[in-house]
Amino acid sequence: MSLQPVKFYQTGTFTVGNRLLDESMRAVQANMTRTNSLNSGHRACQGCGEALGARYAIDAAMRAAKNRLIAANATGCLEVFSTPYPETSWQIPWMHSVFANAASVATGIAAALKVKKKNDVRVIAQGGDGGTTDIGFACLSGMFERNDDVLYICYDNEAYMNTGVQRSSATPPGARTATTPAVGPHPGNPFGTGKNLPLIAMAHQIPYVATASIANLHDLEAKVEKAMGIRGARYIHIYVPCPLGWGSLPSDTMKVARLAVESGLFPLFEAEHGEITSRIPIRRKVPVEEYLKLQRRFAHLFGEDRTAIRMIQEIADRNIAKFGLEEK
Amino acid sequence: MLQQIEGSRAVALGVALCRPEVICAYPITPQTHIVEALGEMVKKGELENCEYINVESEFAALSVSIGASAAGARSYTATASQGLLYMAEAVYNAAGLGLPIVMTIGNRAIGAPINIWNDHSDSMALRDAGWIQLYAETNQEALDLHIQAFRLAEALSCPVMVCVDGFILTHAYERIEVPDAKAVDEFLPPFEPVQVLDCDDPVSIGAMVGPEAFMEVKYLQHHKQIRALELIPAIADEFSKKFGRQSGGLVKPYRIEDAETIVVALGSVNGTIKDVVDEMRREGHLIGSLAIASFRPFPLKEARSALEKAKRVVVIEKSLSVGLGGPLSDGVRKSLSGIAMKGHTVIAGLGGRAITGKSLKDLFLKAERNELELLNFLDLDWKIVNQQIDRERETRRSGPIAENILKSIGTVASRIA
Ligand SMILES: Cc1ncc(C[n+]2csc(CCOP(=O)(O)OP(=O)(O)O)c2C)c(N)n1
Ligand code: SF4
Ligand SMILES: [Mg+2]
Repeated sequence: MSLQPVKFYQTGTFTVGNRLLDESMRAVQANMTRTNSLNSGHRACQGCGEALGARYAIDAAMRAAKNRLIAANATGCLEVFSTPYPETSWQIPWMHSVFANAASVATGIAAALKVKKKNDVRVIAQGGDGGTTDIGFACLSGMFERNDDVLYICYDNEAYMNTGVQRSSATPPGARTATTPAVGPHPGNPFGTGKNLPLIAMAHQIPYVATASIANLHDLEAKVEKAMGIRGARYIHIYVPCPLGWGSLPSDTMKVARLAVESGLFPLFEAEHGEITSRIPIRRKVPVEEYLKLQRRFAHLFGEDRTAIRMIQEIADRNIAKFGLEEK
Repeated sequence: MLQQIEGSRAVALGVALCRPEVICAYPITPQTHIVEALGEMVKKGELENCEYINVESEFAALSVSIGASAAGARSYTATASQGLLYMAEAVYNAAGLGLPIVMTIGNRAIGAPINIWNDHSDSMALRDAGWIQLYAETNQEALDLHIQAFRLAEALSCPVMVCVDGFILTHAYERIEVPDAKAVDEFLPPFEPVQVLDCDDPVSIGAMVGPEAFMEVKYLQHHKQIRALELIPAIADEFSKKFGRQSGGLVKPYRIEDAETIVVALGSVNGTIKDVVDEMRREGHLIGSLAIASFRPFPLKEARSALEKAKRVVVIEKSLSVGLGGPLSDGVRKSLSGIAMKGHTVIAGLGGRAITGKSLKDLFLKAERNELELLNFLDLDWKIVNQQIDRERETRRSGPIAENILKSIGTVASRIA
């Protein structure tokens, strides 16, 4: 093949666009048969779990919806890195209103589609953990309770990343964030705080709730496709490591995600109408240290006193017992 | 068809005639009867092709409307007071996105102290959010303005608030001419959005915009309102030709030809003002009034030409810009730039305090005698205010102001001077 001068950067930006290469030189991700609903050229950090999770989730949803999909997005990293004006990475009709209202905006879109009798078009709402478990929680709960025909996807990177890594109600105990610094007698995020949104979603008795992880992309896609086959309010909570906020290597994103699952800290399960219907057993259980030590946000736990690590191990063990994750 | 109905029902009938496709409902006095009536119409099947959604907050009410409007549905909601503030972020957002949502405000005071009665503090708090703000003087106008509002909103792709005085209008029974559905259909064509979430032509709506273009986007919002200055009277004219009555417009002058004193106000209080003008005219006073029907955009030119020959302007405000005066006066003064004339701001009717003809007449006579201040508070009980000021001077822990004042009045019933 003759050498071809390649322009890696889009005009006026510093974005590498894989699709700008000759077709034969493109990576798998740039394969033109993929929907790539969240296309290359966005501004996510290297190794961003949220970008990966969103691309797989939305592509799976597109497949299930036969490419008839509209998304409402909360403010947050995903929104900011995907739509730097005047560019957009979204190949689907997409809308951002404000931080807290993605679920309501999606309800409105679904209502409009219903009156317009466009029953083939499906609606997704998506946001980060802050936009979902904290500020957007009232709108989300309302959407659940009314059983509006929306699939809500939360990309959980366990803090407010877009504003510089502050604690959210999804931040795990012990984690250092900008607002739970690793100082004082109890460094990091206090134990005994936080909420479990998948369980709260289940308490609304909605048709479908699932947790998923970028560590298991086939499972993630299958869950999204299953959710798309159901009408009414659905919720998928996807675990997405954030190298910048967690202080992990961009090349370790998948590893960190896998260890979260295998330690029992992030159980993978499905629930229908409030009842758990499936879980993914842990094949090779790992101690939480394996997971924690890859992330600088937990570095302060590795001093002389290892009580906090023991407490985190207890959380993992309780999860394994509670969700029945032990392989039988 | 003529009907003897409550203001809220009139508004609901007007909205229903516009064939809204998505209605979001959340209760707050004094707006609630409007969405209740619409809900009944949808449930009975009288209002077809409409999704009626019981949301969990006003923030959700407007957010659902935003999504519905962006997906191409004609969307409506209503609120008041605390509810409007609760949705404030979405109010700005709807305007920024250029979504032609129509929202009724059943104007009511804002707490603390919590108060359910009428004034304009709520809509005034969001006057600069980018919505067009129309103020109804009567219930007939309240109904008519909604039909015009959808026309205007969709022509410009800009949201419109129709402000209707809480209780005074929303809960008053009046004789209303309810327009014929066919005529409304002819006046208001189906919604054809300028931007829409469409799988066959995907767009991203609501992207982040930096310093390189934000000013331009904001200017274009302002430009819509400048265009509204032409469209509002044009739509009102067309409405009057079609329905046989004048409703809305930018300003409504009353007996101002040779007036030395002109009273300016928004909304229903103009009725009382006109009665007082008539009475004083009979007694030989050169007085008239000017109702501002469109507060956003503010009709600077029209206000100026109505007011410029007067000797003094008295602006009656149902909203207090704490620390300054009144927002309506700001617009009026701006319209009179360069003209030397006495201008008085009168804060009146806050929290539902009745604005009586007698008080207004005394006020206008005082204005004629040049005894009015720049800023005045109509029927303010100075004795009670001074008691509280003294109390606060005496003890640091003087307690909650509102409760102290009620204690010294010795009654919880509202007093009409
Ligand atoms: C009402 C409001 N409050 C605060 C913000 C600031 N803000 C924007 S994005 C963001 C963080 C988002 O965190 P999360 O939802 O977890 O998404 P992430 O960026 O982590 O993916 C915050 C706090 C805002 N835009 N609006
Ligand atoms: S800060 Fe984290 S979530 Fe945001 S783009 Fe970077 S890696 Fe992704
Ligand atoms: Mg987050």
